[in-house]
Amino acid sequence: MDRIPILKLGKALLVTIQVDMHDRLATALEEDLTSKIVAVGAKGVLIDISALEIVDSFIGRMLDNIAAVSRILDAETVVVGMRPAVAITLVELGLSLSGVKTALNVERGMALIQSRLEDLDGDDED
Amino acid sequence: MATTRTDRLDIRSSDDVVKVRQQTRTLAVDAGLSLVDQTKIITAASELARNTLDYGGGGEIRLEVIEDGGRRGLRLTFEDHGPGIADVSQAMRDGFTTGSGLGLGLGGAKRLSNEFFIESKPGVGTKITIARWKT
Repeated sequence: MDRIPILKLGKALLVTIQVDMHDRLATALEEDLTSKIVAVGAKGVLIDISALEIVDSFIGRMLDNIAAVSRILDAETVVVGMRPAVAITLVELGLSLSGVKTALNVERGMALIQSRLEDLDGDDED
Repeated sequence: MATTRTDRLDIRSSDDVVKVRQQTRTLAVDAGLSLVDQTKIITAASELARNTLDYGGGGEIRLEVIEDGGRRGLRLTFEDHGPGIADVSQAMRDGFTTGSGLGLGLGGAKRLSNEFFIESKPGVGTKITIARWKT
């Protein structure tokens, strides 16, 4: 079965969704990310959805789940690159992704994760 | 009302749900829908195709580019011969589900469409028609 690749960048994981995912692929990504967070001790997860033409309730729920599970595992998820038409549609569909942190693009998303890493480093020194 | 193009697809697997999204996009472009309207009807199609698969035990979709008095649009009809829906108004309510989903599919698909018709008989099946017009 196909898998969506997960890249490791220091203490962060980076996922770029570039295909129109069928439901099993989305579920597999959720599972893969969870194990990878634990395996590498990741503190941040960046998910780039700029290539996605739609986010339906299944994908929306996957993003929500990833954010919730990673929070429990002490990692912060940031979803970046949502297209304006997708955002409009999601809200009308009834999904606000209230549990998910978002940023406009990869650069801003990485900055969010970086600032959390710096906060954590600061705490370690105390 | 005239139909200028008709396509049909089977919905038997989650790969077929992806195909429904792709074909809906092709016809939405053909009908001249704006990017936001394309996104809305593709999302609605994805919800309804998944319902057809998960709750209807599979079925089919008919996609039609329609024209009425100079305006163009896209009409999608989902049909299954599954167990049907006992209480349609309950099923339309956000958050109600008999499965493991979020219960946003039917209500969400209705909000994302300009027209929405549902016909369901327990033991016979379910037929849902939605349309989105070019604005």
